[in-house]
Amino acid sequence: MRLPDSTTSRASLTLGSTIDSVEVVERTAEDFAARAGFDEDTVPNIAMAVREAAVNAVLHGNAYDPTKHITASFEANSDSLIVRIADQGPGLDPDTVPDPLAPENILRGSGRGIFLIRAFMDEVHFRQLHPGTELTLIKHRIPAQPPA
Amino acid sequence: MSMKVATRQVDGVTILDLSGRITLGEGSVTLRDTVHDATAKGSKHILLNLENISYIDSSGIGELVSAFTSVKNSGGELKLLNLTKKVHDLLQITKLYTVFDIWDNEASAVSAFK
Repeated sequence: MRLPDSTTSRASLTLGSTIDSVEVVERTAEDFAARAGFDEDTVPNIAMAVREAAVNAVLHGNAYDPTKHITASFEANSDSLIVRIADQGPGLDPDTVPDPLAPENILRGSGRGIFLIRAFMDEVHFRQLHPGTELTLIKHRIPAQPPA
Repeated sequence: MSMKVATRQVDGVTILDLSGRITLGEGSVTLRDTVHDATAKGSKHILLNLENISYIDSSGIGELVSAFTSVKNSGGELKLLNLTKKVHDLLQITKLYTVFDIWDNEASAVSAFK
């Protein structure tokens, strides 16, 4: 993959529902984040958030179905890095995802992916695709300041 | 790089030296199988040395939690040793840092098993 030489870089991938696809999406996110100028502490966090979104798409969305694909698009502009991950699964309502920090869930063996995505990105948006779910992950170059 | 495990015994404690990545798929399965094998062989005191774990994702965190609870449910104890900063930070964020018994000195960790 080659990034265009301009102030805005974009790439998009269509991949099978496999763990290998997760690795490809993660490496692409890491590459984009590094080339977008994020610091060495932030780049791995972005890559992890994107990895978790890709895992959700492959595992929970498409359930490893070989007839379904995931798409991943990456855009780095002067303000932000924007990553969109979409699957073709039955759809995900983020409001139904249990809070992994709640005492009754703290010892669960799963259910921390979306929490980590939200922890490491500045904005996370869910969109229903009928079928499927699209997650948009945004990391701003300069964190938004709280209102005075 | 997938995860690798070396097993050794020190004063009745089974120490699992893990290296690589604990992620969805092979890494998580290797950790699960290794801890299961140790408990099946009668190990009650298990120390996971995470010094050379370069990366862990939510599946890997979940596998650590599952290992902790399965060892505890079988009457044993599982402790963690030598967390990298990344793993330390992830356990802090997920509020698991106080769930696990975490050590940064092997001899002290071994002595801490009752």
